[in-house]
Amino acid sequence: MAADLNAYLLVGAVLFVCGVICMATKRNGIGVLMGVELVLNGANVNFVAFSRYTDLGLDGQVFSLFVIVLAAAEAAVALAIALNFYNNHLTIDVDRANKLKG
Amino acid sequence: MSGENFLFNVFALLTCGGAIAVVVSQTVVRMAFWLVISLGSTAALFFLANADFVGAAQLLIYVGGTLVLLVFGVMLTASGPYMKIGTSAGETVVAGLVGLLFLFVVLSSVSGVKWREPVVVSAENVATGAVGNTLRPLGLSFLGARPDLSVSEPDQDLVDDFHSITKRGLRPDLSVSEPDQDRRTGYLLPFEIVSIHLLVVLIGASYLARAKRRAEPVDQAA
Repeated sequence: MAADLNAYLLVGAVLFVCGVICMATKRNGIGVLMGVELVLNGANVNFVAFSRYTDLGLDGQVFSLFVIVLAAAEAAVALAIALNFYNNHLTIDVDRANKLKG
Repeated sequence: MSGENFLFNVFALLTCGGAIAVVVSQTVVRMAFWLVISLGSTAALFFLANADFVGAAQLLIYVGGTLVLLVFGVMLTASGPYMKIGTSAGETVVAGLVGLLFLFVVLSSVSGVKWREPVVVSAENVATGAVGNTLRPLGLSFLGARPDLSVSEPDQDLVDDFHSITKRGLRPDLSVSEPDQDRRTGYLLPFEIVSIHLLVVLIGASYLARAKRRAEPVDQAA
């Protein structure tokens, strides 16, 4: 397959769908986090591809840098939440987080 | 097949295969390993798309930082290295079907769009994102300047520069008659906001993750 805009968008779509399925099916809290990382990476691939193959200029790369930084921040906060959850429940299974269920 | 296409195919296959392996694999340590493969190949795709700084940042921050953070989370929360919290077979089948349908919807909608013509790489647009060597333009845009929008005639005044840009087709949809200053500003304010945001988030995360009392094992039976 030639490396053009549609090829990059295909890779981004596969990353996005894999991340969504990973978020929906994994019961491990860390696995859900990895799904979020995959989704953000799919968006980054699209940003960089549009920055390369259209007249977007540098805006796509700047936005992908912001996405990378925000993903790092999100991973830090989510891991802190996961550690707290593990301290309280002695497991990381997200199905066990049912204390707020009515 | 040219070298660029060959490398693109290799790294695209590694990226997609790594992502699928993250979904398929059951233990969280193997998921972390396949995530390293996928994110590293994504960085290689960024290099192939002439986004050298973004690729380097992807390697440094994602593969070097975020993944190490995730592996630390695995180490601190798993009771064993191969702890399995599995899904049932029915859930797997439903997830696969929904994933295929979702991929079909996304791909059909993406391929149905007529994108604009690709940028021709030349010496004229050497500072835009289409050509490599993006470190200096990215740094300048984070400081508030936009060198990629005024590269060919840097010494003329704003009006002539603006007309030359529109004539060259970099911003073909601008129809205002006088130079639009907002279009030329960079990303100084978002850069400052995101840096303060990162600082606050890291302080808050370390506050959240501080050592507290552990729950009694009685809590598990509840």
